[in-house]
Amino acid sequence: MAEPVVRLEGVTRDYGQDVVTRVLKGVDLGLEPGSFTALVGPSGSGKSTLLNLIGLLDRATSGRVLLDGVDTSGLDDTALTRLRGRLLGFVFQFHHLLPAFTALENVMLPGIARQGRADAALRRQAESMLDRVGLADRLHYRPGQLSGGQQQRVAIARALCQGPRLVLADEPTGNLDTATSDQVFELMRRINREEHTAFLVVTHDLRIASRCDRVVDLVDGRIVGDHAAPGASS
Amino acid sequence: MTFEWLVALRFLREGRIQTLLILLGVSTGVGVIIFLSALITGLQASLIEKTLGSQAHLVVKPQEEMPRVLHEGRVVGTDPAAIAAGLQPGDDALAVRLEKPAQRLRSINQWPQVIRDIEQTPGVTAVSPLVAGSAFVTRGVAQRAIVLRGVEADRFTRIIDVPARITAGRFGVTGTEAVIGSGLAADIGVRPGDRIRILTADGRNDVFTVAGVFDLQNQGVNDSWVLVSLKSAQNLLDLAGGISAVEARVDRIFEAEAIAQDVARRTGLAADSWMKLNGQLLTGLRSQSSSSTMIQVFVVVAVALGIASVLVVWVVQKNREIGIMRAFGTTRGQVLRIFLLQGLLLGLAGWVVGVGVGTVLSLVFAGLATNPDGSPTFPVNLSSQLFLGTLTMALAVGLLAAAAPARRAAGLDPAEAIHHG
Repeated sequence: MAEPVVRLEGVTRDYGQDVVTRVLKGVDLGLEPGSFTALVGPSGSGKSTLLNLIGLLDRATSGRVLLDGVDTSGLDDTALTRLRGRLLGFVFQFHHLLPAFTALENVMLPGIARQGRADAALRRQAESMLDRVGLADRLHYRPGQLSGGQQQRVAIARALCQGPRLVLADEPTGNLDTATSDQVFELMRRINREEHTAFLVVTHDLRIASRCDRVVDLVDGRIVGDHAAPGASS
Repeated sequence: MTFEWLVALRFLREGRIQTLLILLGVSTGVGVIIFLSALITGLQASLIEKTLGSQAHLVVKPQEEMPRVLHEGRVVGTDPAAIAAGLQPGDDALAVRLEKPAQRLRSINQWPQVIRDIEQTPGVTAVSPLVAGSAFVTRGVAQRAIVLRGVEADRFTRIIDVPARITAGRFGVTGTEAVIGSGLAADIGVRPGDRIRILTADGRNDVFTVAGVFDLQNQGVNDSWVLVSLKSAQNLLDLAGGISAVEARVDRIFEAEAIAQDVARRTGLAADSWMKLNGQLLTGLRSQSSSSTMIQVFVVVAVALGIASVLVVWVVQKNREIGIMRAFGTTRGQVLRIFLLQGLLLGLAGWVVGVGVGTVLSLVFAGLATNPDGSPTFPVNLSSQLFLGTLTMALAVGLLAAAAPARRAAGLDPAEAIHHG
């Protein structure tokens, strides 16, 4: 079996100094390349914390987080940032585009941050990415001029533009109506199939979860269920 | 364009109101400083120029003769002074005190050598021998006390540019020619071509032809100076072949006092700088400068605080966007540089506007009030030094004011920033 994109080994995360609250209580989890996994669980179960740890936006209190086989616990902030930019893409519940930049610029920004400046190759890449999410005619629109679904598709294009191994999506459809939700979800599935990019989707929406390959159920900081989704294809 | 420049510029454009407010603050500060400095340095320069228009930078004279005690204490051995006084060794103390001699002109010993010594002193650009003393001028029944100054024309005009200040006739001090102050000329009613008689206290006198009349914009000088040739003055003042003082010009006027001390050390004579002779003026200028500096410092502090407070709010508003940028691979260093760059750019833009405002304000103010001769009553001095100085200040203030907000932005916890803004 190939090296998992992400492997968590006995990960815990505590919050607070005087009153310590253990939010994650020893999580072991591996995500295979090209997998499409739903992370479900009630509010406060630690889903966001887990996502932040995998996304290298937060550090585990104990245990190890390995990204592409690299143990991240010893890395400094800059190294984590570089690793994050290279391996991971983020899609948030609220699109979180930068309002001062056009759709095309938003998609290019991670690449510009990584290589220091924009170039023609990056621009072509971003244009083709926006074309794939169906926004070829909206390249120079500002986020404020796009609908919610369109904004979320720009965010997906931004997450994918640098060719990440894993996309972390936090309630990507939570803010969209059913029809738009379906479109956005289908877009992610299609890219998952075509690019072999792994996805980890945090969701409350059981309809969405049921269409993933695997569902991980987090309750009270522990994984209580980990199974193939009932309706999963393939 | 690098990532930092792209984001910094876009953020500035996006935050119109904040950008405008900060620009207003910086440009007001720069404008005030430029206006104030231009006005004060202009005023001071014109004051000094007026003062030095009729005064040499350095005046070198023989040491003053002071009252001194010839002898004091117990008479020992064969002290000639004691013996002259008819005293024996062992006699008690006797003080002989020489009072200060009545004013008399004394020549500088070996003055050609002294002039060469002064010329070789670093910082000195021109040296001129001078014979000066009091005398009277008579014309008909009019008689006035004057300051008689014997000079060498070409040397003297490099110390005080009298030829440029001639209001009638021409500058000429050869033979029996004299050039006199405008106040004196009006007082005794002479014009170029007229003859005057100059008379000294011990009865020597000579007749001169007025070659020209000058106006050195100093009433005391205009009312009393009569310039003649060195030789004429030597004859009249009974100083044949001698001179009473040496005047000198230096390249940096504010180093005149240091140069004077150097000259005094080299020649063993008494050397006074214009700074010492105009102590009150200098004190006045210094206190004016320091109060203007105080105002400028407070302006800078106020501007810096203004920028910092607007930028702090700005960073708070941008928390979520900073978090997102961090998530997609922007390093802390890049975030820090984005905000520092914004500070620098605001400083630069504010400086450009401020220079315009300050310059226009200065020129309008200078044009507002003029003297009868058309020169401004409030001369302003807009130097490149002032522009460079304020540029440095504006950039430094922008950078410093942005430092704390930039550090705050770079230190944000991205997860926290994304979820809670």
